[in-house]
Amino acid sequence: MGKKIGVFVCHCGTNISATVDVEKVAEEAKKNNPGVAYTTTYKYMCSDPGQKLLRDKIKEEGLDGVVVAACSPKMHEHTFRNAAVKTGLNPYHVEISNLREQCSWVHPDKPTGTEKSIDLVRMMTEKTRKDRSLTPIKVPVTKRALVIGGGIAGIQAALDIADGGHEVIMVEREASIGGHMAQLSETFPTLDCSQCIMTPKMVELAQHDNIKLYTWSEIEAVDGYIGNFDVKIRKKARSVDLDLCTGCSSCWQVCPCKKIKSEFDMGLGNRTAIYIPFPQAIPSKPVIDRENCILFKDARKKNIPPNDSKVCRKCIDACPIAPVKAIDYSQEDEIVTEKVGAIIVATGFKELDDTSMYGEYGGGKYKDVITGLQFERLASASGPTEGKIERPSDGKEPEIVVFIQCVGSRDPAKGCSYCSKTCCMYTAKHTMLYKHKVHDGHAFVFYIDIRCAGKDYEEFSQRAIEEEGATYLRGRVSRIYKKGDKLVVLGADTLTGSVVEIEADMVVLASAMKAQDDAEKFAQKLSIQYNKDKFFSEMHPKLKPVESSSAAILLAGTCQGPKDIPETVAQAGAAASKVLALLSADELEREPVVAKVDRLPPPVFSTCIGCFYCQRVCPYGAIEEEDIKARDGSVIKTVARVNEGLCQGCGLCAATCRSKSVELAGFNDEQVYAEINSVEFN
Amino acid sequence: MQIEERKKIGYYPGCAITMGSSSEEYGTSVLRVSEEIGPELEEIHDWNCCGASSAHATNHKLSTALSIRNISLAEQSGYKEILAPCPMCSQRLIISQKDVADDEELKKDVEDAIEMPCDGDVKIINYLELIKNYCMDEIAEKKKKTPKDLKIASYYGCLLVRPPKVLNFDDPENPQSMDEIVEAIGAIPVDWEFKTNCCGGGFTLSRTDVVLKLTNDILECAADAGADAIAVACPMCHANLDMRQKKIGKEYKRKYDIPIVYISELIGLALDLGPISLGLNKHFIDTKSVVNAFA
Repeated sequence: MGKKIGVFVCHCGTNISATVDVEKVAEEAKKNNPGVAYTTTYKYMCSDPGQKLLRDKIKEEGLDGVVVAACSPKMHEHTFRNAAVKTGLNPYHVEISNLREQCSWVHPDKPTGTEKSIDLVRMMTEKTRKDRSLTPIKVPVTKRALVIGGGIAGIQAALDIADGGHEVIMVEREASIGGHMAQLSETFPTLDCSQCIMTPKMVELAQHDNIKLYTWSEIEAVDGYIGNFDVKIRKKARSVDLDLCTGCSSCWQVCPCKKIKSEFDMGLGNRTAIYIPFPQAIPSKPVIDRENCILFKDARKKNIPPNDSKVCRKCIDACPIAPVKAIDYSQEDEIVTEKVGAIIVATGFKELDDTSMYGEYGGGKYKDVITGLQFERLASASGPTEGKIERPSDGKEPEIVVFIQCVGSRDPAKGCSYCSKTCCMYTAKHTMLYKHKVHDGHAFVFYIDIRCAGKDYEEFSQRAIEEEGATYLRGRVSRIYKKGDKLVVLGADTLTGSVVEIEADMVVLASAMKAQDDAEKFAQKLSIQYNKDKFFSEMHPKLKPVESSSAAILLAGTCQGPKDIPETVAQAGAAASKVLALLSADELEREPVVAKVDRLPPPVFSTCIGCFYCQRVCPYGAIEEEDIKARDGSVIKTVARVNEGLCQGCGLCAATCRSKSVELAGFNDEQVYAEINSVEFN
Repeated sequence: MQIEERKKIGYYPGCAITMGSSSEEYGTSVLRVSEEIGPELEEIHDWNCCGASSAHATNHKLSTALSIRNISLAEQSGYKEILAPCPMCSQRLIISQKDVADDEELKKDVEDAIEMPCDGDVKIINYLELIKNYCMDEIAEKKKKTPKDLKIASYYGCLLVRPPKVLNFDDPENPQSMDEIVEAIGAIPVDWEFKTNCCGGGFTLSRTDVVLKLTNDILECAADAGADAIAVACPMCHANLDMRQKKIGKEYKRKYDIPIVYISELIGLALDLGPISLGLNKHFIDTKSVVNAFA
């Protein structure tokens, strides 16, 4: 006989009950539904009394199927299934009917909401009737973690996991770890120097027994699934043997290519072709920039192996390591594979440095219109001016500096509608740093709003205005143009309703934090989701802020969205704790909602006809080919098989299959048709 | 050899540049140049006001109907493109076209008012677009004179490139099309900052003080950039910059005497057309220095 189903309708405070007559929904669920043995409503089903109600009624009424009509299954399916497990019921007999996100929140009036809710509950009741028990899939765990990106987020996460006793692989694509934080001069709201708090962490990471560091390396491919990832890492040819090199500096001191713009100094300083990005780099060993090195240029031009070029061999001649030199021109990229159980993505952000899109600010042609990060380098004691504020064009100390906030942020016309969150604070910091170094200087700030929410943040920005004397003007700048050696800044002061014209010596654009240029491609490599601005998406904006859309891939730092250092460190710690929890188990359980290609007794073996359309549509690469063999080893037919570890249960294969050979557990055809057929169309 | 059909384009002069009006030298030179290098322009029969100035500020429907009537007339005469050399006209016509396309109700009202349908997709182009699209090769081919060291500041004003989302023409902050034409006739385009700054436009009579300040900024910037003349493609810009240089000089203590010439006049000079036939004698600031540069 049929199941005994219980329907529990949640008010969700007034979230549902304001637009849905929950009592009527419960009443209707019972009507004409012989399978429904019990119905009730409750104000907060997810609360402790709500869950207790569910457990008690399962036992008292002997229910073997449950429909909870509440919020999205993304929110609390897990909660209610766990509650059911405690009574001994298989959790896959518990279904959620989404009356909130898909009904009450989107419909304005009660009659419509109620009518639709009745339909939704009936549909789910019909599905529940056909639910089968499923058993979670157990998978082993490789107890190592991969951290991608060696900025402050990656460093913090790696250290936390390593301190927890697990091995960590860190992959950084630049020649040194440190990321953007290493470039900063001082940090808000305490004005302690970034290097002083950053470099010790870098050293700690490099010396940690549990951390294996790959710099100048990139992720080539990620295969596998929760607990069992195979990661291919491309070790880009560094042209320097890290084991032999002692970082003695002989090579970069003799390098003749001295005029290459330093990426670390945001183009304000120069570096050589064989270089370390900055003196405190880790590893403190150089890399040859093959694009700009004259030896490699010559070899490319003549199409000969670099070792055969005789144009310049100064660095290798200067290398004191013997008998084998630490410099190796013939080094090639190397691919290594590492097995890990969990991955933290901490790939960071890119500053909007393409100011050419801002034609009104000179479109990148004025040397003295610089970005926020460039100002950081100017103000930094380790920067190209050793911390002296000198404008790039002529080295003059600027007497008037104009700071423009929200450049590339909050500007939908330029395709960037979000707030970069850090600029209000860093601009306030910049005005202070400037005033500390140029006492007679005057700082003007154009802003839209001052958004300094954070502990001690508001006080900090007020200090910039009240104590350090920065002039804040509420309005946008319409144009910057050059007049003699001054930059004329035309703007509006919307508080006094007047037009402002300032003859400045230097202009600092508070440039937006953007996603990395290759963020989209990278996300696809990892099968994680991203938003319209190419920042990686968290699983749930409130309750799963560090989880990505793929199991055991966590997010930390600015790759997920603009954030400042404290927030980044906190998120990195959170991601690390999730990894530690994952790695603490010997086996992991994962949802059994996976697809399966049928297998039948001989002579059919499977109804699969081997067209492999499913393979083409599968976004996770979970469809494999299996040869069905006779006893003598000859292949009878080749059919599809689903790798349960990789399958995410999206159902694309089941929908695509022409011979109806694929079934998605928990969502088989019978169940889906039962749902559809139960809707009464008027 | 490929025989290219000479294209006939509907010509919409508008009030400012038509014969007998304040900026007739713009219209005259546009037509004179097209006689030489094409494309053939044909005045739209029975055209009326484009709805700029007072109409679009006071009655949206009226100004739209005025514009659309001209477009519909052109459409009925079979033109695929309309040249409106005055940017106030071209902007009004384009915006009205968009407004009608976006608003069914407005379209119906307008059609009722003008008693004509307006469904076609006649393209409205400004003078720079016309030259860029049809005449660059012709200029290179038929150019007779190259000016000697003539530095030109191309001044676009606000209406040619704004609003960018609707007009979709050139870079709104640093446009290049006029500079390219200047270069094509052999003059030297100067890189300057005030290409698209406001000249004061219609405030010329009501708030002369504002216009003096704005035009002074433009003249000052062009002069500092070393320009011998400023090229324009808008009668309003021309009037504001050409008419008041004396007064500006008095107010801001700087003598300019910079000729303000229409881009069509410059092209004409390069084609060796008579300066008077181009209307170069109708300017406030003497254009002799420019004419002489082509000698």
